[in-house]
Amino acid sequence: MQANELDRIVTTALADFAQCDDPASLENAKARYLGKTGALTEQLKALSKLPAAERPAVGAAINDAKAKLEAALNARRASLADAKLGRALAAEALDVTLPGRGLGIGALHPLTRTLDRVETLFRSLGFEVADGPEIEDDFHNFTALNTPENHPARSMQDTFYVEGGMVLRTHTSPIQIRYMETHAPPIKIIAPGRVYRVDSDATHSPMFHQVEGLWIDHDVTFADLKSVLTEFLHRFFERDDIRIRFRPSFFPFTEPSAEVDMAFGAGDWLEIFGSGQVHPNVLRAVGLDPEAWQGFAFGMGPDRLAMLRYGVDDLRLFYENDLRFLAQFT
Amino acid sequence: MRFSEQWLRTYVDPPLSTQALAEKLTMAGLEVEELEPAAPPFAGVVVGRIESIAPHPSADRLRVCSVDVGANEPLQIVCGAPNAAAGMFVPCALEGTRLPGDLTISRQTVRGVESRGMLCSARELGLSDDATGLLDLGPANAPGTDLRAALALDDTLFTLKLTPNRADCLSLVGIAREVAAVTGAPLSLPIVSPMSISSDANRALLVEDSIACPRFVARLIDGIDATAPTPAWIKQRLERSGIRAISAVVDITNYVMLELGQPLHAYDDRLLDGAVVVRFAREGETLTLLNGQVQRLDADMLLVCDERKPLGLAGIMGGEHSGIADDTKRVYLEGAFWNPVVIQGKMKRLGFISDAGHRFERGVDFAGCARAVERATQLIIEVCGGRAGPLTDRSGALPSRVPVRVRRERVNRLLGVTITEETIADTFTRLGFAYEKDGDDFIVTPPSYRFDLALEEDFIEEIVRLFGYDRIPATPAAHVQRMLASTESRRAPAAVKSRLVARDWQEVITFTFVSSETELLLAPNAAKNDGPIRVLNPIAAHLDVMRTTLLPGLLETLRTNVSRKATRVRIFECGRVFRHADPGYVQRIRIGGLAYGDAIPEQWGSPARRVDIFDIKADIEALAAPRHVTTAPDSLPWLHPGRSARVLIEGVSCGFLGELHPRLSPHFELAFSPIVFELDLEPLLATSVPMMTPVSKFPPVRRDMAIVVDEAVSAQAILDTLATVKPPYVDRIEPFDLYRGPRLSPGKKSLAILVLMQDTERTLTDADIDAAMRILVTALHDRFDATLRE
Repeated sequence: MQANELDRIVTTALADFAQCDDPASLENAKARYLGKTGALTEQLKALSKLPAAERPAVGAAINDAKAKLEAALNARRASLADAKLGRALAAEALDVTLPGRGLGIGALHPLTRTLDRVETLFRSLGFEVADGPEIEDDFHNFTALNTPENHPARSMQDTFYVEGGMVLRTHTSPIQIRYMETHAPPIKIIAPGRVYRVDSDATHSPMFHQVEGLWIDHDVTFADLKSVLTEFLHRFFERDDIRIRFRPSFFPFTEPSAEVDMAFGAGDWLEIFGSGQVHPNVLRAVGLDPEAWQGFAFGMGPDRLAMLRYGVDDLRLFYENDLRFLAQFT
Repeated sequence: MRFSEQWLRTYVDPPLSTQALAEKLTMAGLEVEELEPAAPPFAGVVVGRIESIAPHPSADRLRVCSVDVGANEPLQIVCGAPNAAAGMFVPCALEGTRLPGDLTISRQTVRGVESRGMLCSARELGLSDDATGLLDLGPANAPGTDLRAALALDDTLFTLKLTPNRADCLSLVGIAREVAAVTGAPLSLPIVSPMSISSDANRALLVEDSIACPRFVARLIDGIDATAPTPAWIKQRLERSGIRAISAVVDITNYVMLELGQPLHAYDDRLLDGAVVVRFAREGETLTLLNGQVQRLDADMLLVCDERKPLGLAGIMGGEHSGIADDTKRVYLEGAFWNPVVIQGKMKRLGFISDAGHRFERGVDFAGCARAVERATQLIIEVCGGRAGPLTDRSGALPSRVPVRVRRERVNRLLGVTITEETIADTFTRLGFAYEKDGDDFIVTPPSYRFDLALEEDFIEEIVRLFGYDRIPATPAAHVQRMLASTESRRAPAAVKSRLVARDWQEVITFTFVSSETELLLAPNAAKNDGPIRVLNPIAAHLDVMRTTLLPGLLETLRTNVSRKATRVRIFECGRVFRHADPGYVQRIRIGGLAYGDAIPEQWGSPARRVDIFDIKADIEALAAPRHVTTAPDSLPWLHPGRSARVLIEGVSCGFLGELHPRLSPHFELAFSPIVFELDLEPLLATSVPMMTPVSKFPPVRRDMAIVVDEAVSAQAILDTLATVKPPYVDRIEPFDLYRGPRLSPGKKSLAILVLMQDTERTLTDADIDAAMRILVTALHDRFDATLRE
C-alpha cells in the first residue's frame, strides 16, 4: 500500500514540476510535496506510527522518493535558468554581418614590396644589404668604375649635376666601390636604392630604382653569375615558363659583360640585368689584386621587375602615388 | 647604326634567314634593336613609261596618260600629278594591286574617262614622305619590270644598338667581319687599289701636333664635275642607312664612311689658302660650321686650317665656307686618324653629335685611312670625272698595339668552364687577331680597328663571346657557406615601415628633386647656406632642387589625391633628404607622414572626428617602442605656431610633429590643414635586446587624483615632476582626462591622473599608498601651485 502511495506521489510531483514555467511556480510545487505539509513530508510524519519493524524499509523508500524529487527539481531549475538566459541573450543578438570598426590597413609601395622580395631572395643566398649616398662624387660614380671623364660610355647615362660639382648617382654601382673601400673580401652584397638619369617618358623616369649586386671571392666565376641570376628570376617570378638569355654587352666596370634578357613563354625579350665579371681596373681602384680576387657584379631594375610581376603597364604610376593604385598592394 | 641587309650580304652571306642573322648578331654582342622592311609588302607595281599625255576633257587638274607597262597594249591611266610628262619612267600600280593604306586599284571611270591603274608617288607606295609628284625612276629599267626588283625593295633595314666599345662595327665592312667571325661564312670585301696619279696638284701639309693627329692622309682631285648625279645605288644605300643624299662628292665621302668606317672630309680647294695646317684653336677664334652654328673655339679644340683661317673642327665637322659647291672644280680630300682623347667631350660641349665625331671619339682604324681616301678617289673619278693627285700620308704617334698574354688557366678560372686550347686558337683566328703560343698561353696582338682590347680580360670576353654565353653552364659551384649576421638590437627599415602600414598608413615614393618654390614656401626664412641644394640641369623647372624635407612630396601627393576626390589620406615616405654641410652634403634618411581627414575611416557606430596630432603621436610612439617618445613645443615655420612640436626619442631630438601652417593649405588646394611628422630613421632602427624584469606577485593598487593648475603648465612638466619624486613602488603615472570650463577659475585647467602602485616584495599597506599620494600631490603643489580639485 505504502509503496504504491509513494510511487503515485513521485509520478504526480514529476509531472507537476515539468509543468512549471517559472522559478516561483516551481518553488510552490516543491512546497506541495516537500514543504511542511507537503505530501511526502506527511508520509515521513506517518512513519512514526508504523510498527518498528517496518520503519526502516518504508523510511528508505521515502528517502529514495525524496531524492528523486530533489533531482527533478534541480534539473527543472537549471532548465528554467537556461531558458531565461537564452531569452536574455536572444535579446542581445547583433547583426554580425556589419563591418568591423576602427582603423583600416595601409600598404607598402609596390616598389618597396619588390625590393623586400629581392632582398629576401638574395639574403637567402648569403648576400648582405649595403647602402650609399645618392649625391655622389665623380670618382665613385664614374672614375673608380673605369669610366674616366669624357669616356663615350658616360653618354650611356645622362647625368644630373648638383651645385658643388657632384652628381646624382646614375646607378647603384658606386656602392660597390664604397663597400670595397671599407670591407675586405670575401664580399657578398646587394645594394638597392634610388638612381637618377636625365630621361622621362612612359618607360623612363628621371628617378628610378636599381639593385646592385657584388660577389667577390677567390673563385667566383661567370658560371656562378649565370647560376645566381637564373635562379633569382625563377624564384622571383615563381614561374617555370621563363626563358633567360645572357648576351655579350659592354659596361666599363665589368669584363666580360653580359646583358640578361628574360621572356615569359613565347613573349618578347626584356632586359632585366646588366652584369659581368668585375673589371680588373675596378678591383685595382679599391686596392684589390685581380689575380687574387675575382667575382661578379650586376645591376637590375626593380621598377621593371615590379611592372612585370604586378602587370603595371606604365612606369609613371609608381611615382604618381594615386592611392587607388597603391591600395591594390595591401 | 642602321644599314641594308642586302648591302651587308654583298660582303658576307651566311646561309641564315634575316631573323636568324639578327639573332646571331644580338648574341654576339651587336644588339639588333629593330628590323624594318625597306618597303611595305605590296605586289603588282611595275615600271611604267608614259608614252603620251593629253588633257582630261572635263577636269583641268587631271590628265590622261598612255602608259607602257611592258604589255601588248599601253594602259590608259588618269593622273593628277603635276610632274607627269611624256617619256617619264614611273611606278604603275596595276589593277588588283593593294597599296599601303588598304587602297585596292581597280578599273575606274574618272569623270567620264576610263582609267586602268594608278601612277604612284613615293608616298603612295610607302617608300618615303615625298608626295610632290610621281616617283621618277629614270630609264634604268624596262617598262614592265617589277618595281620591287627595280628598286631592290625586298630588303630589310637593320638597326644595331652598338655599345661604345664596338666602334669597329660602325661600318658595313666592320659588321661583315664580325658576321664572318661569328658564322664562319666567307668574307669578300671591296677591293681597293691605289689610283693612278694623273695630276701633280698637291698642297703642303703641316701637322703641329702629331699626338693629337697621328695620321693625316689627303689628296687633290682636279677637274671634277660637282654637279654629276649620285648613282642610284649609292643614294639607296645611304638612304637605307638614314643618311640623306646631298651631292655626289659629299655622298661619296659619306658612303665610304659607311662602307669602311673612315670618316672623310672634302674641301673646295679654291677656298684654301696656302698649306693645310693641323693645330689647336687660338684664343678668340671662331668658325661657322656646316650646320650653320657659329662656334667660339676653345684652346683644346683641334682644327684643320689653312694658313689664314680655320677650315673645320678636326674629326667633328667641317666649316661652312670651305665646303663643296656646284661649281667646285678641285677637291681636297682628307682622311685622318684623330686621337680619340682629343675628340672626346667636345661634342657634348658643342651641343651636337656628328657621324664623324661619334666614330673618332671611339676610335677609327688608323691603318685604313689611305685605303678610304683611295676608295673615295676611285668613286669620285667614276662619278664626277677628274684626275687624282699624289697621296699625302703623314704619320705620327699612332696608337700602340701591345701584345697581351692570355693564360688558358685564367680563362677557365674566370669563366668557370673549361675552354680548350683549340677553341681559343680558333676564336683568335676567326676574329683576325695575330697570336703566338707560349706554352699554355697565347700572346695576342689587338688589330688596328679595335680599341677595346688591352687587358687579358678583354680577350677572355672575346673568347666567351664567340664560344657562346649560352654554353656556360648555370650550375652553382661549391662555395664556403656563411650564415649572415642578424643584429637583434637593430631593426631593419622594412620593420619600421611595416609598423606604420599596420596602423593604416600607405607608403608613397616621390621624387627627391622638388620645386624650389615649394621649399621656399615651407621655410621662407631659411638662411642662404641652409637652403636646398640646386640641381644644375633639372628635368623640369619645377624639379630644380633636392628636398630638404619629405613634406613637398607628401603635400603634392595629397594635392593630387584630394583633386581625385580622396577625403581621408594617411601617407608616409621613407627616403633621403639633402642639406649643405661643410664640406659636402648631409644625406640623412628620414621617415615622414601626413594625415588628412578623419581619424578613422567613415564607419557605422563611431562618430566622425578629424585626425589630430595626438592620434599621430600615438603612431610615433608605436614606431619607436620600446624607446620612449616625448614632444616639446616648438615653432617651425611650416607648422601652426600653437600646434608645432619637436619629437624626442629617449630625450634626443629627432624630428617634428604638428599641424601644417594654415597659411600653406591654400597653396596645396586644401580645405584644412593636415597633420604632418618627420623623423630621422636611425633612432627608430636602434633598439635593444629585451631583458626580462620579474613580474610582481602582489596585488596592484590604483589611485586617481584630479589636480588644478595654470593653463601654461604642460602635461609633460607635471609628469616629469611626478617621475622625479615618486616612490619606487609607483609603477605608472598617466593622465586620463583633461578638463577646461566654467567649473574652474579662468586660466586654469584640470588634469586627472591615475597612479598605479605595486611592489615586487610585498603587499602595499594603506599607509604606503597614502604616503605615495601625499608625496606626489605635495610635489605638484610646491612646483606648480597645483591644488586637488574638489
